[in-house]
Amino acid sequence: MLRRRLNRLLGGDERRVDNRTIYIGHRSCPASEVFIPPKFCDNRIVSSKYTVWNFLPKNLFEQFRRIANFYFLIIFLVQVIVDTPTSPVTSGLPLFFVITVTAIKQGYEDWLRHKADNEVNKYPVTVLEDGRRINKESEKIKVGDVVEVKEDETFPCDLILLQSSRDDGTCFVTTASLDGESNHKTHYMVPDTEKDLEALNATIECEQPQPDLYKFTGRMHIYKNNQEPAVSPLGPENLLLKGATLKNTQKICGVAVYTGMETKMALNYQGKSQKRSAVEKSINAFLLVYLCILVSKALVCTTLKYVWQSNPGHDEPWYNEKTQREKDTNLYLKMFTDFLSFMVLFNFIIPVSMYVTVEMQKFLGSFFITWDKDFFDPEIEEGALVNTSDLNEELGQVEYVFTDKTGTLTQNNMEFIECCIDGFQYKYRDVSTELDGFCVTDGPVSKLQEKAGREKEELFLRALCLCHTVQVKEATEQCQGQGDGLIDQVDGLGVDGEVHQLLQEQRGFIASSPDEIALVKGAMRYGFTYLGLESKTMKIMNRHSEIEMYELLHVLNFDPVRRRMSVIVRSRSGDTLLFCKGADSSIFPRVRQEEVERIRMHVERNATEGYRTLCVAFKRLSAEEYAQADEGLREARLAMQDREERLMAVYNQVETGMSLIGATAVEDRLQEEAAETMEALQGAGMKVWVLTGDKMETAKSTCYACRLFQKNTELLELTVRTLEDESKTREQRLHDLLLEYHKKAVQDALPIKAGVTRSWSMSNQDYGFIIDGATLTMVFNSSESNSSSYKSLLLQICQNCTAVLCCRMAPLQKAQIVKMVKNSKGSPITLSIGDGANDVSMILEAHVGIGIKGKEGRQAVRNSDYAIPKLKHLKKLLLAHGHLYYVRIAHLVQYFFYKNLCFILPQFLYQFFCGYSQQPLYDAAYLTMYNICFTSMPILAYSLLEQHICIEVLLDNATLYREIAKNAMLRWGPFLYWTLLGVFHGLLFFFGVRCLFSNPALQDNGQVFGNWSYGTIVFTVLVFTVTLKLALDTRHWTWINHFVIWGSLAFYVFFSFFWGGIIWPFLKQQRLYFVFANMLSSVSAWLVIILLILLSLLPEILLVVLRKPRGPHARQKKLAQSSVGGLQSPRSSARPLLMRTFSDESNTVI
Amino acid sequence: MVKDEKESANRPDNTAFTQQRLPAWQPMLSAGIIIPGFVLIGLAFIGIGVVLFISSRSIQVLEMDYTGVEQKSACFKCSDPTVKDCICSLEFSIDSLFKGPVFMYYGLSNYFQNYRRYGVSKDYNQLYGDLTYFKTPSDTCAPYVYDKNKPIVPCGSIANSMFNDTFRLYQSVGTNGTKKQVPFDGKGIAWWTDYNIKYRNPSVVPLMDAFNGTTKPIFWSKTAYELDPTDPNNNGFINEDFLVWMRRAALPDFRKLYRRITAGDYAEGLPAGNYSLEISYNYPVLSFGGRKKVVFSNVSWMGGRNEFLGIAYLVIGALCVFMSIVMLIVYAKFKFPDDE
Repeated sequence: MLRRRLNRLLGGDERRVDNRTIYIGHRSCPASEVFIPPKFCDNRIVSSKYTVWNFLPKNLFEQFRRIANFYFLIIFLVQVIVDTPTSPVTSGLPLFFVITVTAIKQGYEDWLRHKADNEVNKYPVTVLEDGRRINKESEKIKVGDVVEVKEDETFPCDLILLQSSRDDGTCFVTTASLDGESNHKTHYMVPDTEKDLEALNATIECEQPQPDLYKFTGRMHIYKNNQEPAVSPLGPENLLLKGATLKNTQKICGVAVYTGMETKMALNYQGKSQKRSAVEKSINAFLLVYLCILVSKALVCTTLKYVWQSNPGHDEPWYNEKTQREKDTNLYLKMFTDFLSFMVLFNFIIPVSMYVTVEMQKFLGSFFITWDKDFFDPEIEEGALVNTSDLNEELGQVEYVFTDKTGTLTQNNMEFIECCIDGFQYKYRDVSTELDGFCVTDGPVSKLQEKAGREKEELFLRALCLCHTVQVKEATEQCQGQGDGLIDQVDGLGVDGEVHQLLQEQRGFIASSPDEIALVKGAMRYGFTYLGLESKTMKIMNRHSEIEMYELLHVLNFDPVRRRMSVIVRSRSGDTLLFCKGADSSIFPRVRQEEVERIRMHVERNATEGYRTLCVAFKRLSAEEYAQADEGLREARLAMQDREERLMAVYNQVETGMSLIGATAVEDRLQEEAAETMEALQGAGMKVWVLTGDKMETAKSTCYACRLFQKNTELLELTVRTLEDESKTREQRLHDLLLEYHKKAVQDALPIKAGVTRSWSMSNQDYGFIIDGATLTMVFNSSESNSSSYKSLLLQICQNCTAVLCCRMAPLQKAQIVKMVKNSKGSPITLSIGDGANDVSMILEAHVGIGIKGKEGRQAVRNSDYAIPKLKHLKKLLLAHGHLYYVRIAHLVQYFFYKNLCFILPQFLYQFFCGYSQQPLYDAAYLTMYNICFTSMPILAYSLLEQHICIEVLLDNATLYREIAKNAMLRWGPFLYWTLLGVFHGLLFFFGVRCLFSNPALQDNGQVFGNWSYGTIVFTVLVFTVTLKLALDTRHWTWINHFVIWGSLAFYVFFSFFWGGIIWPFLKQQRLYFVFANMLSSVSAWLVIILLILLSLLPEILLVVLRKPRGPHARQKKLAQSSVGGLQSPRSSARPLLMRTFSDESNTVI
Repeated sequence: MVKDEKESANRPDNTAFTQQRLPAWQPMLSAGIIIPGFVLIGLAFIGIGVVLFISSRSIQVLEMDYTGVEQKSACFKCSDPTVKDCICSLEFSIDSLFKGPVFMYYGLSNYFQNYRRYGVSKDYNQLYGDLTYFKTPSDTCAPYVYDKNKPIVPCGSIANSMFNDTFRLYQSVGTNGTKKQVPFDGKGIAWWTDYNIKYRNPSVVPLMDAFNGTTKPIFWSKTAYELDPTDPNNNGFINEDFLVWMRRAALPDFRKLYRRITAGDYAEGLPAGNYSLEISYNYPVLSFGGRKKVVFSNVSWMGGRNEFLGIAYLVIGALCVFMSIVMLIVYAKFKFPDDE
């Protein structure tokens, strides 16, 4: 980094800054006169944070950067330096404990990282050096080394493939450990390299390391006998990434281009940004309040102390003379130290242990998600995954759910449904499938009334067979023979379901997108089977079992911006053909308009039925055209700068003037229980927004099928289509529509909704909002002055709609939407759920990101906070786990503040009776142990096990989720309640015992009790009250709760006996000696303890009971209401219709 | 049963704990439990309260202030700090038998024995009889560590400020004013553990030798080893008066046990009659606005007289009963019609 910056400063070669030049095999090349071996970092991977030497200082530094730890350190230091009432041990010990435990944990984790690093760094590799093969440790690889890798080995660094043992110059690689995609990817050798690597004299110029796994640009200069160097382009297909594994290839040789920490894997390793939960923010706010309480307490005491001391009899009575040093100290210094002393005395109000307990609760609590067998999916044999435990409680606070459509709402399990060739519909149907009533119009047997010409049919099917990037699994090749003779003529096109079922099973396809497999399989049904790609030749078997060969010239890859892909092939007959498939919106403008109309109808009908549609077009390229395209592509691929843009331009140029040959419809089935899940989420008061890259019609029908939109939902549409208006410009139209919708959804609805926040009542008109990417861009990019107002208008409309559908979204736009909602008024908690790489941006943007372990690789899962196998699991995750976690942690936090307030308040009050002398009320042991031992375990058990409402009820009544919405249990109201409760208890404890001590002769032998007895009685009442208060709040008593609650009370009694039963040799005073036992021998002490405990808890019990007549009652009523409402709701009346149109259809196996 | 489902390694354990399905008791505080509960608690509290109140009332207490602030009070002459060895006597009469055993307390007010610096100003090791700390007392004893370069034993503020008024009680018998001394019992006024375990004299015989090279606390008139000339087992650090003083009071107004009256004619209590209390007035309190008093009291099973507990129990008990009635009404009004 520094070096690079220095280079830049010194004005080094400009190219060296942006690119790096690599000399293969460290051989100087003729072109450059002086060979300066450039310095790159070595191949050592360092993921560990510490070394043996810097562990202690660095770890301590990092721990004390946390504000809480720093605060306790300061308190500790004050205790060490200043003469304070409590010994430094009281706060030092817990701090030491916390720091040690954290350090051990982090140290252990780092040790594991060291081990893993060493394993990687010491891995033996073979390097070719001057024709010899040298075994080296992986970390010694330098940039420019030629490395040999054998089958099933992982690449030690990022390599450019120079030589492969396979004849066609390819190798296969899986990147399962990088992005989770387990399919084999093909990588290509750099063309024109010589077989003899020793003689190869070449340099590679490539960009500086960057983390994008799928981007790489570079070029290779090959010098041959002083000729002009040959240049070949390098792209991601030439780059073998560190961490990937070589498959199906005996060995390869490659030159190292990026090593060590500059490899793409290492660059991707960087940790994600920390998300903080709303609860954590509440904790910090409460902490601030308590800090204020602490400081004001200390200030009050300090002030009163000096006021009190102004009375001469009080300042220095004869029995309590000051020491010489005290007399000499400056008054202001004394005041300051007094202030600090009070701070130390009261510092227990902010407990170290709360952080530990909260962390433990989160860490341990998250196991319940991983352990939940309801989240286990037998198909993928995996359960839920928790990537961060910091956000458990946020799952109970979600207000907006942003969901992806494909793979999330739908299964991403594509099934070829039908196609349309030249305007004629071809519907494939399995003979064994039962027919549904609604299909009758299509005829009982798939007898097509009309058919397109045979030529067109075959062209279309060839297009399906050629225009893709599917690979054939090699193991199935031997089965080909069997399938060959069995193809028969059915369905006008020649399909035999059974045979093809067989074939399908035998033939395995691998592709990055399931659509492509569905299409290839669809073509297979109609008799065109794709046999695979062999050395740039695509083989397909046509209906007559003849093998057709096409030379693959170029693949114009799919990208989400173009929304289409093309291949250029050359047939045997020498024709150069371009086949293109893509979304209708991206194809239609590029084909002849007269062809569009016939097919558009089919496409739109299919889209409304919820199918994914693709249009297929083709173009015959003349020799000149091809030459031009070929040159353009090669040039663009060689470009060092703006390669993407240039390629795009060439693509756009090539893909024009095509002729449309047909369209396909692929069904993507709804996820299991998708509708139920969405219904539950909406019932829980969450607003569900669907963000998809798909077509509006497809997405809309999915929304209907998921019951996000109901029959009576009024749809407000803001799309390119509604913006089309001849009389006005788009901007004007946008303005008008926005205002109109705003009036409808926001202004008119307001009077009804006033007072009822988050209401979702049946009587109100439900609105659904639809917007597409292009319009969204217009809203965001509209002129400066309007932009913000449009945005807020849009936001207000959306917030008043029950469901929002955003279609045609680019990944970045998804994140933009999430961000817009996240930053809106009231900063609602957002959740994003998705399964693909295009959802990563919104998963990272939302408060909670959920990945689905779907079929589109593992990128979403890797970047998510939680990952679940199926959408249906979201319901339990939010409604049950989220709800419980929130209640647990909210109670934990409130309880912690409460118990420390009533712990310290008596100590504060005692100052008024001891001349503000910082005399502690409780013994040091009690001060230290209170939070660590006596009261910590019950609340931890509570916060792990509590189920105030059992899981089944939570799942059945989604409305319960609304009760904790908007951080309900951690708002200032409940906080005030808990604080007042703490104050009430503290006052009661102190003054109750104070009244008792108006006559300190409390034993039947007339002996009197001293100050430590006083403190011990207060402390006993305190421990019992706070523990029993928790017992009162516990609604779910497992044996663990019983054990820890009664156990810690027993432990307290036992400890007190023990602590007071022995003369401790290491203590300077034995002030608690037999105090506890003596206390128990006094009947009055017993009576006052019982009295105060009961008196503290009675109001609580009373409250519970007085709330009761409303409690179960209201709930019953509510339930009754909702069930009645549910019956009356138009939703259920709409259901038959919806079932007819969508649900059944989507469940039909065709 | 055919298990066609293969057990996967990834499958979560199906135990009650991991599935959050541990059998649990889910108490519901319903009115059916609460109302009778409240009534029971209330009645029990009222019962205890009545007993407490009666027994507290049965305790006789006689309290006399002898600070001598007012001119007419008997000890006014002694309240001047310049007067040394002053003796004053308080006359009082008892109308009916003051039931025994009678406990005599001295009380101080506005006296902060719970002051922090005061409280730490002692050396426990010294008081445990460790001779090394006789020579070099701990610094915590400041400012009473050394006096004229000799270590103070027992050192520290608490020991130094030990209460040193002494009392003698006489009953007037007959008409000629002859006085009969009421015998005091100084045993068992301190905690048993303090006397027997927590405080120890050095095992040097005679005890006096242990104190060689040390000096008595500045305020004291006698050395530690001659606090009680009558009983050798009541000297040094295990002098019971000293032990009582060393147990710091919790509040600035406190009383400490001085003597018990258990012996002779007075074992049954102080009979009705006239008494005079002879006070050897040594302890200065006026400089800091304090007060001194003596208290005669007998004790019950709950200790000395304290009406707080009895009243508190009665009030809470009554409240409980009252609340249960209120709840009953609330429930009768709102709940029962809807029920069933």
